[in-house]
Amino acid sequence: MTDQHQALHLAVALDGAGWHPAAWRESSARPSQLFSARYWAGLVAEAERGLLDFVTIEDALGLQSAGFDGPDERVDQVRGRFDAVLLAARLAPLTTSIGLVPTATVTHTEPFHVAIGIATLDHISGGRAGWRPQISGRAAEARHFGRRPFPPLDPRDDERIRPLFEEAADAVEVARRLWDSWDDDAEIRDVPTGRFIDRDRLHYIDFAGRFFSVKGPSITPRSPQGQPVVTALAHARIPYEFAAGAADVVYVTPHSAEQAASIVAEIRELSGEVRIFADLLVLLGEDAAARKARLDELDGAELDSDAAIFTGTVEELADLLIAWQRAGIQGYRLRPGAVPYDLKQITRGLTAELRGRGVFRRAYESGTLRGLLGLPRPAGRYAEVR
Amino acid sequence: MTRPRKRVHLAAHFPGVNNTTVWADPRSGSQIDFASFVHLARTAERGTFDFFFLAEGLRLRELKGRIHDLDVVGRPEALTVLSALAAVTDRLGLAGTVNATFNEPYELARRLSTLDHLSEGRAAWNVVTSSDAFTGENFRRGGYLDRADRYRRAGEFVELSRKLWDSWQPDALVADQDSGRFVRTGDVGAFRHQGEQFTVEGRFTLPRGPQRHPVIIQAGDSDEGREFAASAADVIFSRHGTLEDGRAFYADVKRRLARYGREPATLKIMPAATYALGDTEEEAAERAAEIRRLQVGPQTAIAFLEQVWGRDMSAVDPDGPLPDIEPNLADGVSQGRAAHGDRASLAAKWRTIADEKRLTVRELVIEVTGRQTFIGTPESVARQIDEHVQADAADGFILVPHLTPGGLDEFVDRVVPLLRERGVFRTEYTGGTLREHLELT
Repeated sequence: MTDQHQALHLAVALDGAGWHPAAWRESSARPSQLFSARYWAGLVAEAERGLLDFVTIEDALGLQSAGFDGPDERVDQVRGRFDAVLLAARLAPLTTSIGLVPTATVTHTEPFHVAIGIATLDHISGGRAGWRPQISGRAAEARHFGRRPFPPLDPRDDERIRPLFEEAADAVEVARRLWDSWDDDAEIRDVPTGRFIDRDRLHYIDFAGRFFSVKGPSITPRSPQGQPVVTALAHARIPYEFAAGAADVVYVTPHSAEQAASIVAEIRELSGEVRIFADLLVLLGEDAAARKARLDELDGAELDSDAAIFTGTVEELADLLIAWQRAGIQGYRLRPGAVPYDLKQITRGLTAELRGRGVFRRAYESGTLRGLLGLPRPAGRYAEVR
Repeated sequence: MTRPRKRVHLAAHFPGVNNTTVWADPRSGSQIDFASFVHLARTAERGTFDFFFLAEGLRLRELKGRIHDLDVVGRPEALTVLSALAAVTDRLGLAGTVNATFNEPYELARRLSTLDHLSEGRAAWNVVTSSDAFTGENFRRGGYLDRADRYRRAGEFVELSRKLWDSWQPDALVADQDSGRFVRTGDVGAFRHQGEQFTVEGRFTLPRGPQRHPVIIQAGDSDEGREFAASAADVIFSRHGTLEDGRAFYADVKRRLARYGREPATLKIMPAATYALGDTEEEAAERAAEIRRLQVGPQTAIAFLEQVWGRDMSAVDPDGPLPDIEPNLADGVSQGRAAHGDRASLAAKWRTIADEKRLTVRELVIEVTGRQTFIGTPESVARQIDEHVQADAADGFILVPHLTPGGLDEFVDRVVPLLRERGVFRTEYTGGTLREHLELT
């Protein structure tokens, strides 16, 4: 019996062949299949087999790079990615319970399109959609659109970063309003009056902000979860503020239990509601350190990450997850160093270990992502009680 | 010497948000549940159709300043649903309408390439443009585009998209574990474009898709639209369903191809078509009339009248004669739908028809808003479709069922086998990609 207060939430972050830049060179990797639906279907089926809460799918409006502010010329790392929302949609009919959380950029894109795309994913998946809104501050990505010139990106320059997150907050606000713009009972199909909808149950959102205005209503009816789950990766004060105001789940990147406690305290001052997950890049197994060393050598550099890097057995990882849980971390988004190897370590080894300690589910307890995360289905903000 | 019989191409249009779609029928299902999309797509695939088609409308339609409530409302984001349908179908082409005005090429070309990869070569894009400020109110840039610039933008958008789809060389993806080389060159996906509408450069994120270029569909009917289609499209979704109109349109568009160095067979002309079937011609005619009555209910008849007359007509009795009211030509009452053209002459024409045939308002609207393209027994409908294609009035049709999601079932069960017997429609898919279905490769 799982104690609700101690149950951990577990997600994996899928990206290419894994999060080590040389992961595609592991013997179990299938690098030539990265651009096939079958490859991704196998990964998400594995994640669902492990009863994970959700998978995230990385994305960006530019090519991967070992550098920070733009593409590089390297030929020895994975390059190329699918649009993550469409990939999540492709996977939805092949799964039944696991949450699907694609990344979608909000900086150069239309909030209206992103909002209906995520709402559609929620319809397709029967209420399993989430979204990780992401900013694009890189000058090279701005040139893909040619609409606004961006200077080179310095992540420590708050004056550059702040408006990008303010725009992201506006995009999430627009999305949430659009998701609420149809009452749940807007469709009436009233034959005597000839009315398909009750138009009083559809609402203009009339959003007017600094970056864009959106009139509404949505063209897409309210989705099974009402509002899909919004998640955000955050490393510092400005994104913490964004996540606390806009997201249902925030991924943070502590490197110790003490750091975890201080980050949790900082976010809890901003929001008592947001679910706090920690990101960890994991290479698992008895030989994890040796595997990492071999991959580091292949890549020509020691693995570097914004998240803490864990190498060790699933038992050791379970110890760490439970220790950080005491610091206020409610769930984890694990970035497997190499897939499928480290993914299977998570879905078969780690989940069994956590189950043995009574902190992870034995069966999916809900058909929606909100249900799995213990988040209530929100009422539409415009709906009147009838 | 007779030429070989042309093959018929068929597509299935998911019922849309206008009065063609009958929702008051008890068999009418959800317009938004994924199961409805799956049912229609699988039916089309069972019928070995070329493709499945989704329309788009980025703002809910309005009449008299309020959201139009008489027709089906609510649709998904097209490419997202099509990507999901790729998981439950194997060969069916997947065509989505996406507006070139309210999107940017880098993002949209990437989404279309993703769909092409994830469907193993079944993606198509119906290119539409919009200049209206009404729809623009939902978007960053508003309704900024001058009407005359619509096809200039569409043309440059498609040209740039093709550059992006070609930006990875065919052999760019190596993924060789032994040599440690993932991509052949350090500049994969590099592109640069400088034009009137777009000035962009950088690196595209996807290798070439299975079709290289997703199929381009064009649906505009103006002179500029036809020219754009001749220059850039693979398929035209036209509105010329009658034999005479179809032949004139077909000849006009195919004639334009030579200017772009293209052969006639490289552009497929597929008009929209509706249908009503019956065991006898009489039964089919009765069903056709009944469907028309359901499509034009009393309130819908008044709404049509208001769109042409440009004023509130809610006091008019739909089952009475056309009242003696002059149209208000100063301003319209309708927003968010295709223009009806010159309302003054349209109103005059409607009055003449109503007077001559002694029609009620509802009967008039039923009369003037078009009957089904094909009405008859399965044998006669199969023959009509074949004749239209052999007579060069079309290369095939985009069928628009009036019911969601079962409206195509009877066509696939009863008409498709007869088209196959006539030897003009495939009995099984012979190719894997949509380009192969459409004989475009």
